Amino acid sequence: MAAAEIDVKYVAHLARIALSPEEEQKLGAQLGNILGYIEKLNQADVAGVEPTAHAFPLVNVTRPDETRPSMSNEDALRNAPAKANGLFIVPKIVE
Amino acid sequence: MLNQLTISEFTAKLAKREISARETVQACLDQIGRVDSQVHAFISHDAADALAQADAADKLLANGGSADKPLLGVPIAVKDVLAVKDQPLNCGSKILGKFVSPYDATAIQKLKAAGAIIFGRLNMDEFAMGSSTENSAFGVTRNPWDTARIPGGSSGGSAAAVAADECIASLGTDTGGSIRQPAALCGVVGMKPSYGRISRYGLVAFASSLDQIGPFTKTVRDTATLLEAMSGIDPLDSTSMPQPVPHYASLLEGGVKGLKLGLPKEYMIGGLDPEVKQAVDVAVKHLEKLGAEIVEVSLPHTDYAVATYYIIATAEASANLARFDGVRYCARVNGKDPIEMYGLTRGAGFGPEVKRRVILGTYVLSSGYYDAYYLRAQKVRTLIRNDFLKAFEKVDAIVTPTTPTAAFKIGEKSDDPLQMYLSDIFTISCNLAGICGLSLPCGFTKSPKLPIGLQLLGKPFGEETILRIAHTYEQSTDWHKERPALK
Repeated sequence: MAAAEIDVKYVAHLARIALSPEEEQKLGAQLGNILGYIEKLNQADVAGVEPTAHAFPLVNVTRPDETRPSMSNEDALRNAPAKANGLFIVPKIVE
Repeated sequence: MLNQLTISEFTAKLAKREISARETVQACLDQIGRVDSQVHAFISHDAADALAQADAADKLLANGGSADKPLLGVPIAVKDVLAVKDQPLNCGSKILGKFVSPYDATAIQKLKAAGAIIFGRLNMDEFAMGSSTENSAFGVTRNPWDTARIPGGSSGGSAAAVAADECIASLGTDTGGSIRQPAALCGVVGMKPSYGRISRYGLVAFASSLDQIGPFTKTVRDTATLLEAMSGIDPLDSTSMPQPVPHYASLLEGGVKGLKLGLPKEYMIGGLDPEVKQAVDVAVKHLEKLGAEIVEVSLPHTDYAVATYYIIATAEASANLARFDGVRYCARVNGKDPIEMYGLTRGAGFGPEVKRRVILGTYVLSSGYYDAYYLRAQKVRTLIRNDFLKAFEKVDAIVTPTTPTAAFKIGEKSDDPLQMYLSDIFTISCNLAGICGLSLPCGFTKSPKLPIGLQLLGKPFGEETILRIAHTYEQSTDWHKERPALK
């Protein structure tokens, strides 16, 4: 783990968050600080230790593959910023 | 005053027809009118709807239909991160705009089925990210015991509303301490159940492997009552666990004789305020006098907990908050294409702490860094969890301070995110390990008079043990009878 120089611009793009130059700079400093603190995890001896993704890992939690009632189209569109014909409207994706 | 009743007191009086649900809800509304301009626990509340629910409850009672409704008429306010049908859902953020929830969270459904009156949107740190309720897009909530101080977070509104008697109980959520810490700072009872105990369906996700819904109440008995009402496996949440739900409220008596309480030696450290240390020491001696055996235990990986949490929680948050993109909901900011729209919508809608955490989380998961950060943190999480499981072979519960200090001043830590994160040191491991924990009042600082919380940590699905210990302690002290002097 390199002590951190995060490429904030790049990561913000991955996260799809538009930042102002001031935000980028401030975040860079704060995140550098936090990552510096996180360095201490390097001291932990994790040889042979399994990672934990969930405290109580359940497996194969499924239900029968049957159609059931779900939210109505109207309810699903209720909070849509833009809608028409029962669909969400977004800016053009493909030219 | 009716808004000062506990759930137990209210249900008893209601059953005897000494009071009505309507009068009680009105008393809560009156209290909100009197104090919320100072406390700002509520983002919003619908008084007419609350009274209509109260009238319906009174009518049901009069018609004899209340037998299977143990919470009939109880006014419970809700953290703004839980979906309640036809009510606003904003998670303390601007980004959701005028979002109105089309459905009820499972925990809310269960409370409604038990007859409770669900009302209000309680203030919180945005998307549950914070420890002070200073990160809300809807203003700062103030500690009812000293309105220049924070109530804690992220469920600051939920804790403050109960402390200020603006409702009889409230709901919050806890991912790294966000119920227990504000409960401690506001002098009320707050519990995080074991992971999987209460369904997360309808809880806007922050960190899916850490989040749990839990109650804020004035007494331990009330917590037991609400825990029972909300617990249980849910087909709509595949992480909810199939363990049976005990009648928690009937398991509170029995005392603490013969119980072994663990004191983790790594927790009584420098940075712990001397008044907090003293209050906890006195409480532990009190539990010893009541018959518990105090055993020193060790949780050797304690020092890694905050770092581990801030990798795992932020990583999970970066995934969970990807949905706020302006497509199906949100205050959309238009762009020339969807990618630009996402960036502008999120840039405008997320507050600074959310941006900080989402970007950090994205980084630790990104190509080239995943193994060094996220995978390593997951392994350390195993070590932290094993510390607890090992300790629970020796003891029945673990007792600690809930927070290193009493409530700090508004603005004191908001410039230094890392300082804010470090204040979660005692609560954070509990979520990583998936175990249960609660905080209850154990004293006050001298001047100003600020609440101090005692934390009890229990085995996975060991809620009845920590509830019993908490109830025994509470009933032999007077802390739970104290109220802030709000004018």
